[in-house]
Amino acid sequence: MAAMNPLVANPPVATPFFFYLLAGIMVVGGILVITRKNAVHSAIALITALLAQAGLYLMLYAPFVAGVQIILYAGGIMVLFLFVIMLISIERTIKERQFNKQWLVGIVAAAALGGLFISVYTKGKSLFPEGHALYPEAQNTQAIGALLFDSRTGTYMFAFEIASLLLLVAIIGAVVMAKKRI
Amino acid sequence: MDAMLHISTLHYLVLGAALFLLGVIGVLTRRNVVIVLMSIELILNAVNLNLVALSRYWQGMPARLGGGPQALHGQVFAIFVITDAAAEAAVGLGILIAFFRNKETVNVDEVNLLKW
Repeated sequence: MAAMNPLVANPPVATPFFFYLLAGIMVVGGILVITRKNAVHSAIALITALLAQAGLYLMLYAPFVAGVQIILYAGGIMVLFLFVIMLISIERTIKERQFNKQWLVGIVAAAALGGLFISVYTKGKSLFPEGHALYPEAQNTQAIGALLFDSRTGTYMFAFEIASLLLLVAIIGAVVMAKKRI
Repeated sequence: MDAMLHISTLHYLVLGAALFLLGVIGVLTRRNVVIVLMSIELILNAVNLNLVALSRYWQGMPARLGGGPQALHGQVFAIFVITDAAAEAAVGLGILIAFFRNKETVNVDEVNLLKW
């Protein structure tokens, strides 16, 4: 009794019901993103899908990535999208044809890619065995921070610094692109 | 039925593949640049889902193979991918604004300034 099974004390929330619920929200959101005429509707469907994906991250015991997903993706990038949709006029685009002339070829190419995925996942099913050990989320953020910042264990410290350079380049590039006259 | 009730890594990979395909269809067929950029975000998110799911799978591997609770490389990669997505969205939307200012449209078919 002293060594109580942590699974019994804390039953996992990663139940199949939640997986299928969130997966359904994501797939429906994705379909809405690529089919809606109005870009604002697409953006809102994408935000819903991204929030559902944050839930999936929580089910995968990745709370830090889930938080980053909500704050940065749903909160930052999508607001940027909505701002740009606001800046450009959408009235004209809604009246126009929404799909280009190569839509049939595009869908055939995507279907070929889907066939490749299906064949890989049916043939490689045994590579992904069932059952995982459960680890607590309490150490997750700390361990990610150690990987990113620690000079001793930080495998990705250099990549992290390069990422800051990438963001600087992106900021300058965005300003140069969007500015009328430099 | 058992495969339906027990959520394994493969379930997440299949979901990621489905989202990736939706994104590919959006990129290849839509004319509105904003929605093409959103489809690219969808693709990046599908990759992120795969990375985090495989990170979870890797945590269940024995420690001698590099597994264990500290094996968070997939999650770190997902964070880098989110950083890239932010940079890509900023530059892409900047280009979109410059394009809209010149041509008064957001149709990707009319981006033909470099064609001859």
